Amino acid sequence: MDKLILGEKEFNSRLFTGTGKFSDKSLIKPMLEMSKSEMITLALRRVDFDMPQENILNYIPKNVTLLPNTSGAKTAEEAVKIARIARTVGCGNFIKIEIINDMKYLFPDNEETIKATKILAKEGFIVLPYMMPDLIAAKRLEDAGAAAIMPLGSPIGSNKGLQTKYMIEILIENCKLPIIIDAGIGRPSHAAKAMEMGAAAVLVNSAIACSENPIKMGKAFSLAVQAGREAYLAKLAEEKKYAEASSPLTGFLFEE
Amino acid sequence: MSFYDVIKKYEDFNIKEYLENVSYEDVEKTINKENLNEFDFLNLISNTSLEYIEIIARKSQKLTKRYFGNTISLYAPLYISNYCTNKCTYCGFNKENKIKRKHLSYEEIEKEAKELAKTGIKHVLFLTGEAKELVSFEYIKNTLIILKKYFKSISIEIYPLKENEYRKLKNLGLDGVTIYQETYDLETYKKVHLEGQKKDYFYRLDTPERVARAGVRQIGIGALYGLSDIYKDAFFSALHAKYLMDKYIDCEISISLPRMKYSESKFKPYQKLDNKKFIQIMLAFRLYLKYIGINISTRESAEFRNNLIGLGATKYSAGSKTDVGGYTKENKSTPQFETDDKRDVNEICNAIKNRGYQPVFKDWELII
Ligand code: SF4
Repeated sequence: MDKLILGEKEFNSRLFTGTGKFSDKSLIKPMLEMSKSEMITLALRRVDFDMPQENILNYIPKNVTLLPNTSGAKTAEEAVKIARIARTVGCGNFIKIEIINDMKYLFPDNEETIKATKILAKEGFIVLPYMMPDLIAAKRLEDAGAAAIMPLGSPIGSNKGLQTKYMIEILIENCKLPIIIDAGIGRPSHAAKAMEMGAAAVLVNSAIACSENPIKMGKAFSLAVQAGREAYLAKLAEEKKYAEASSPLTGFLFEE
Repeated sequence: MSFYDVIKKYEDFNIKEYLENVSYEDVEKTINKENLNEFDFLNLISNTSLEYIEIIARKSQKLTKRYFGNTISLYAPLYISNYCTNKCTYCGFNKENKIKRKHLSYEEIEKEAKELAKTGIKHVLFLTGEAKELVSFEYIKNTLIILKKYFKSISIEIYPLKENEYRKLKNLGLDGVTIYQETYDLETYKKVHLEGQKKDYFYRLDTPERVARAGVRQIGIGALYGLSDIYKDAFFSALHAKYLMDKYIDCEISISLPRMKYSESKFKPYQKLDNKKFIQIMLAFRLYLKYIGINISTRESAEFRNNLIGLGATKYSAGSKTDVGGYTKENKSTPQFETDDKRDVNEICNAIKNRGYQPVFKDWELII
């Protein structure tokens, strides 16, 4: 599979995973091995530095990049504070901005997210904002210095797949930045579909963590993401072939 | 608008009669729905639905996993004063009761906090009686400031405050407020609350809204089962939660089902909530209010709490002491009620793990 590049860092896998919701934290390591995921998100609010057996950081292999998120933040200001804490405690430069003011569907607040992106990108963070798929907001996030755009497929934890498919297609078509689908992906087939559409990566948490067998499910998602990506690349090649066809279908219009 | 306007809408609605007429077909329809209404809630707590309890439990488990994962959050209560000027007929702290009273000094609060923090607990709920001279707003505020040094999330279960007081506490880092209506039945409420501010049913009923407007993140509500008709209290707590969830979408609402326990008050419950009904009501909360937090305290026995893991509960108290000074064990007071689950934090963690769930100590970061 072709590599994904985010903030100068290369990733061999286009599947991002999460640390929340597992029945046992010790499942995280084998899940990462089987899914080949190289980027994992974690909520700073959940990181417990006082007790080694509780500290989630001790369950994540060093070769996997941490994507701390600002879960719990309701304003740009709070998200910025959380991001700074995450960096100080050694979670690296990546930050997923998650600003939520709706406890029912957990929809992101685009306006506050843009504000936080601007501040954090300036401070040298590699910012991945979780957002409601809206083209104008996506463009503002690009201007604000985001490294990728993370639109939701459907509400967090709903496992309803790509309910926002058409909006996401518009983002993929019109944005320069990689589009990473976050939230709503409940099945490997949803992930494959997202990748076929041209998403740069997908983030899957509940669908893996809450499955009967998170390790096996991690592998299933890995295969689905690969298949989807290959299909997307193959389709591109196909479109190119048409464009370069030696005898154009409409060539007669220009014949003398 | 107040939640009381919602209650009034059901003035002429006979819950008992409705429940008696719930058919198997009604329950089946409810189970197959994705979005339930208040009548579906009643269908689920009817005797008819008991036959479907396994299917309902599975649905509840699925929903809970979807929104909360395979996790149970842990917290512990910290009683800081049991002086009270009120006369609630069912409460052990009632001013008429000749009990051992204790009011912690700031040094003692700090000691208790240190002791409790040693168990690994990160989320704390501190409680007091209502004695405004002694347990003043200033005292509450300073307690909060002390506890911030030891815990990541701090909630209160104290007498109702004014909106700007909640806001002041929120700005200092207060994360949650628990305020039980005790009973939604106005008549009963008047009969059991004889003195003090608590006499005012309406002021108490509107408290969660003052909390929400002040911007506090978490609000816990509930009724004390046994004071009045359990079906009516279950129904109105569910409606109250729904009302708050719809009106204040930025707040996290959770609900509890405390049952009347033995206390110094020697109060005789009006009606008993048995285990089967308890579970029926809890499952109905989950199906009706998908995203709600469900809180189970150590009032319940260890065995019963073990069985509730995975059915819909999301928060457990652990290693609780319900007497003032209980953690340091220095001149303890009489407890508010007797706890049933006497296991320590470690034992509770192991029980949660044995059921295939992850106990979560920390789920909040204090950034103030
Ligand atoms: S329920 Fe609360 S207000 Fe009433 S007597 Fe007990 S401690 Fe006091």
